[in-house]
Amino acid sequence: MAEIQSYTMNFGPQHPAAHGVLRLVLEIEGEVIQKADPHVGLLHRATEKLAESKPFNQSIGYMDRLDYVSMMCNEHAYVMAIEKLLGVEVPERAQYIRVMFDEITRVLNHLMWLGAHGLDVGAMTMFLYCFREREDLMDCYEAVSGTRMHATYYRPGGVYRDLPESMPKYQESQFRSNKELARMNATREGSLLDFIEAFTDRFPGCVDEYETLLTDNRIWKQRTVNIGVVSPDRAMQLGFSGPMLRGSGVEWDLRKKQPYEVYDRLDFDIPVGVSGDCYDRYLVRVEEMRQSNRIIRQCVDWLREHPGPVIVDDHKVTPPTRVEMKDDMESLIHHFKLFTEGYCVPEGEAYSAVEHPKGEFGIYLVSDGANKPYRVKIRAPGFAHLSAMSEMVEGHMLADVVAVIGTQDIVFGEVDR
Amino acid sequence: MSERLETLAAQIIERFGDKVERVPSICGELTLEVGRDDLIEVATALRNEGDFGFDMLMDVCGVDYLNYGSDEWDTHDATDTGFSRGVERGPVILDEADEFDARRFAVVYHLLSLQHNLRLRLRVYTGESNPPMIRSVVDIWNGANWFEREVFDLYGILFEGHPDLRRILTDYGFIGHPFRKDFPLSGNVEVHYDEAEGRVVYRPVSIEPRTLVPRVIRDDNRYAADLKDVSDG
Repeated sequence: MAEIQSYTMNFGPQHPAAHGVLRLVLEIEGEVIQKADPHVGLLHRATEKLAESKPFNQSIGYMDRLDYVSMMCNEHAYVMAIEKLLGVEVPERAQYIRVMFDEITRVLNHLMWLGAHGLDVGAMTMFLYCFREREDLMDCYEAVSGTRMHATYYRPGGVYRDLPESMPKYQESQFRSNKELARMNATREGSLLDFIEAFTDRFPGCVDEYETLLTDNRIWKQRTVNIGVVSPDRAMQLGFSGPMLRGSGVEWDLRKKQPYEVYDRLDFDIPVGVSGDCYDRYLVRVEEMRQSNRIIRQCVDWLREHPGPVIVDDHKVTPPTRVEMKDDMESLIHHFKLFTEGYCVPEGEAYSAVEHPKGEFGIYLVSDGANKPYRVKIRAPGFAHLSAMSEMVEGHMLADVVAVIGTQDIVFGEVDR
Repeated sequence: MSERLETLAAQIIERFGDKVERVPSICGELTLEVGRDDLIEVATALRNEGDFGFDMLMDVCGVDYLNYGSDEWDTHDATDTGFSRGVERGPVILDEADEFDARRFAVVYHLLSLQHNLRLRLRVYTGESNPPMIRSVVDIWNGANWFEREVFDLYGILFEGHPDLRRILTDYGFIGHPFRKDFPLSGNVEVHYDEAEGRVVYRPVSIEPRTLVPRVIRDDNRYAADLKDVSDG
């Protein structure tokens, strides 16, 4: 019998399971992976260098485009870094709005992950189910910021505007009956908060549905149990964070350990895995969706009771309202200066980290006192996770590479930056 | 939080003496400057000794301090002349220099201790040599591998002892280190499809670089330390 020789195979960058533009060079013996060498950077846009050439506020939009499935969480880290240097105190209502949208974003991200991960491993239905709920959350984004994805909603000092009093509705059309239209608009009659509340009532049932499809599914378990096992020690050594770290049994969540905004006032639990394989990470993320749902609900209840300002009243940092500008010269000057030159941030450096759906997303900001950042470093969780790819897939079969890419929840917007 | 950071700072200063130097921070973070030759010793101790226990390296980041504190539009004199895009450029400094300013390039490490729930930032200047060189910490924190590759790619800082120091984010065969401050934002080359050759080729970049908003540094009394006390009192 002929001796089997190891050979090198190219995976991606146009492979549907590569979640974007990952090029993997795999050394394979038979069908067993010996070594995986990920080539990244095909989506490198030099976001950090671009940010150095613009006033601070103009880079918020770039943050959305990093991890383009959890947009507002990226913005959050960036505006928090600026606020840290400016010493700005964010109004309480804005903090609750931010937390609520962070958690909506977490659900958005995990739904995308669950759908794509399921699809990679062969569960087509998951994708369709997840996108059904994602659509509602996208509508929340749209209602509050005007765009479904790249919101640019968080601003240093608060959020761009208060939550709207009405939800956009589906229009009459020859393609849908009145009955169908009434069903689609049923939860859209009230304000955005009513819509989100209706979602939080409905969503735990949806998660139950996903779990019926996967949690005890024989094929799903065969594909994920004992695949890509990472021990807690290795997870820390490799700089893992988020569900990748918790899946290995390390109890670490910035929302609990280093609470920012109002997380210390909210009631939620942190799920932790046991064995550190793909299946545990799946369980962790599914439970995180349930916990996020709880947080969103608490925020909705608080926001109903407590109206107030959503952005600080310091016009050296935040623009005055359009109404003020019409008859106040000083407001007009403030507006002009803010939108041409921007504001100068005192000299210093700050690192702000948020518990992003994928892990610790950090912004290291160096300012030399100018109206543009001197250096912005984006600490993307996916970058650290992907660097462990070789270690995670070694000794596994070729098909498991896809499961590991899925479990790492890789998005190239943030890995390549 | 800050009380515990103070304790940690005192412990570190006591343990390492003049090998580390504390940098003042305006937002309550602990930053230490470490000498280039002491990095490995300090890092190993910070990771392994129980008082510190910095078991995670969250980030490695290069910084180029070439233009630090320089502006393109003088806010004091230019008030009479008004705003224009006529930004004057500083002299271009080329990387072919034999020696750099000793405080031009720095590598910044962000450490996290899970057991003590503390963060720490280390900054190491790479010194005068061209190319800048520094010891790798991959053996201490394995996660540093790709982060150091990235710093090498973007800043051209070499990491001695790194197992696999290749470019990571830029194109195959890329020339230069794009995040250095003397590398233009629009780059040096662009690609286009050459009809005659029948393939995609490089050519010098055709974009004219321009500054939309000049970089300005304004004296802001709100942040002046000696004035703060007056307003508070």
